[in-house]
Amino acid sequence: MKFGKMKTQRRNRLLIVGFILLSSGVAVSLTMQALNENINLFYEPQQIVSGEAPVGTMIRAGGMVKAGSIQRSKTDLKVNFVVTDMRSSEVTMQYEGVLPDLFREGQGVIARGRLESSGLFIAEEVLAKHDEKYMAPEIIQMMDASGTKDAGENKSS
Amino acid sequence: MIAELGHFSLILALGLAIALAVIPALGVYQSRPLLMGMGGSLSAGLFVFVFISICCLANAFLSNDFSVDYVARNSNSSLPIQYKISAIWGAHEGSFLLWILVMAGWTLSVSVFSQQLTLDMRSRVLSVLGALTVGFLLFILLTSNPFDRSLPVFPAEGSDLNPLLQDFGLIVHPPMLYMGYVGFAVPFAFAIATLSTGRLDSAWARWSRPWANVAWAFLTVGITLGSWWAYYELGWGGWWFWDAVENASFMPWLVGTALIHSLAATEKRGVFKSWTVLLAIFTFSLSMLGAFLVRSGVLTSVHSFAVDPERGMFILIFLVIVIGSSLTLYAIKASHIKSTADFRFSSREAMLLINNLLLVVAAGAVLLGTIYPLFYEALNDGLKISVGPPYFNKIFVPIVLVLFIAMTFGPASRWKQTPRELLLKRQLVPFIAAIVIVSLLTAVFASRFEFFLVFVNSIALWVILSLVADMLAKVANKKSKLRAIFSQTPSYYGMMLGHFGIAIAVIGVTSTVYFTEEKDVRMVTGDELTISSYHFKLNKMLQVKGPNYVADQAEIEVREDGKLIAVLRPEKRFYAVARNTMTEADIDAGLFRDLFVALGEPLGDGAWAVRVHYKPFVRWIWFGGMFIALGGFLTILDKRYRAKKVKRAEAFNSATLSAVAGATLGTEV
Repeated sequence: MKFGKMKTQRRNRLLIVGFILLSSGVAVSLTMQALNENINLFYEPQQIVSGEAPVGTMIRAGGMVKAGSIQRSKTDLKVNFVVTDMRSSEVTMQYEGVLPDLFREGQGVIARGRLESSGLFIAEEVLAKHDEKYMAPEIIQMMDASGTKDAGENKSS
Repeated sequence: MIAELGHFSLILALGLAIALAVIPALGVYQSRPLLMGMGGSLSAGLFVFVFISICCLANAFLSNDFSVDYVARNSNSSLPIQYKISAIWGAHEGSFLLWILVMAGWTLSVSVFSQQLTLDMRSRVLSVLGALTVGFLLFILLTSNPFDRSLPVFPAEGSDLNPLLQDFGLIVHPPMLYMGYVGFAVPFAFAIATLSTGRLDSAWARWSRPWANVAWAFLTVGITLGSWWAYYELGWGGWWFWDAVENASFMPWLVGTALIHSLAATEKRGVFKSWTVLLAIFTFSLSMLGAFLVRSGVLTSVHSFAVDPERGMFILIFLVIVIGSSLTLYAIKASHIKSTADFRFSSREAMLLINNLLLVVAAGAVLLGTIYPLFYEALNDGLKISVGPPYFNKIFVPIVLVLFIAMTFGPASRWKQTPRELLLKRQLVPFIAAIVIVSLLTAVFASRFEFFLVFVNSIALWVILSLVADMLAKVANKKSKLRAIFSQTPSYYGMMLGHFGIAIAVIGVTSTVYFTEEKDVRMVTGDELTISSYHFKLNKMLQVKGPNYVADQAEIEVREDGKLIAVLRPEKRFYAVARNTMTEADIDAGLFRDLFVALGEPLGDGAWAVRVHYKPFVRWIWFGGMFIALGGFLTILDKRYRAKKVKRAEAFNSATLSAVAGATLGTEV
């Protein structure tokens, strides 16, 4: 009797351990694969201008929207604007769709999209924010580096 | 003066919280019932003073006291009164005060509703809750005091509440969410208290189960409301973005779901004891991590509060102390705990184990995606990355699919072992019926055939039908079947509702994902647009005026087959004080489809960017969420949680029994 019981328990444990190993193995490999396929690196305008950013892959780029650079199409929702790091580098971005409410000149933005070989950045998504006081860490870091922090309305509460 | 009173009562509350953390614990240590008995009055006092404090803040908002910096930043004399109240939790400092009020409320409820606990246990639990409250109060007093004055010079007028937050959803969403987040402190405290006694009997599972269920139900309501609010208020028609802050609320929910299932197994069968304790620790730790992610600004998110590194560091240290000490305690104590694991692969225990594993793996995957950018940045010299939504969809969907298949078998399974033919035979009819019904409905109503949609919705319907089958099997031998249907336990109804809700939400999600049609277009007055079978026509643009804003309003007629079905009036509002523009979408809501229209920006020449969505079944997502939450709330009506005074002897007996059983098991393996 006792032997039989033990056997069931052992078999159960083996099954459970096997199940755990198998599922966690599958989960880990799937996860790492998916993760590596879907990370989007952030590039500053200067890196894009100097050719450090890859062409054709999904990346993120950002900076301040340059004053007077927003150009809208007369027939559809295409819009072009220039993003600057407030130093010397600028990137022209193109987006088609409805821009977030807080998108305006002089505001820090982050866009997700692809860089074309011509240097034009085709944005698929422009990041919006809840709060105009909030600024993405990427932009803060960049502005800190350029010493133009105050230019970006980054007055923390 | 009143603001200073608020500040002062917070300091008094801190004193009481310290007393609550120390005195009952000391009483336990010295076996002095007098000290242990003070837990109740201390937690009542704590609640009263935190309540006074938040009333003082409310008073500052209602009396437009702009010398209080927090009020000046988040209110305005023209702000409608309901938003002056909700502005209390409209930004970081005040929302943390609400967090503390909720914490004090939970602590008070534990002291009031846990009379059946032994005095020893009750004191330990209250002390743990008191210690956590000390941490929270220190945080608000040291880094985020909402009562700070800007004297002598203060603004004559406030800079207004963020317009996005001037909405019904934001009045109720944060309190519900915090009830959930903070509520998980209770099962956490129970777990720590039980660990500290060194004997884990199943009595603690019975004690903490109703608390875990209610906290989880609140969190469900909070997340559902948040998703609904984001959908109609953010103006881009999405209901989930896999954003860091959304994930922060979703991770404790996933692990909390595992916890409430694991607690069931521990209570009923005495299995998975140490695992359940670990889940209780993790659930609360993830709630705290959520608070850290939202309030520290380390991650890029659309929902983040304004950044302040000092606050982030404080929460991080607190987080490390809480998680570190509880896991250390676990490591020391839990190794002595043995569970009697005597069940077959077909048993309900095994089903719950599968449920737990999948939920924890899912939560782990979400956690990895959420904090991976932090690791990456640390390892790669400050390189910033983000993890895109495709990652989450790719990982999450397969895990959840397996989970759903297990969900069809789970409720019908029995403890220890389920006769295989019973398990399979009873599933056959629901399984085939689900596939046939979903295929037929798709063939008749859907515009195209999507294999994956049919597949997933079949599983969801299978879940529902197997619940029905289970209910029918339960009453099959009863004389009056109808009466039997209505005389099951509240726990059982709760489980039914919860699973039903998940199935409904899944149908909503897949149908919305596959059949949403959306167009962003440029429109001038008189322009028309067709989506699905609906014709939208921009009739005219108007100027309207609200209490604290002016708005451009579009009048858009919607016709189907020439018949007028709705006139939608989306607005673009400009809040003069906050100098903020906001999109107010208009929605024609229905059980089977939503028509969503939002205004983008003016494009010049009288043209506007207009966003039009047709979203089938989108409401089912939130209906599902509400059913799930209702299920969670229902379970606490169960009589066994209100049993008076659990006798010490009973708890002792079950502890000895499991210890003996554990010892036998130990020798066998």
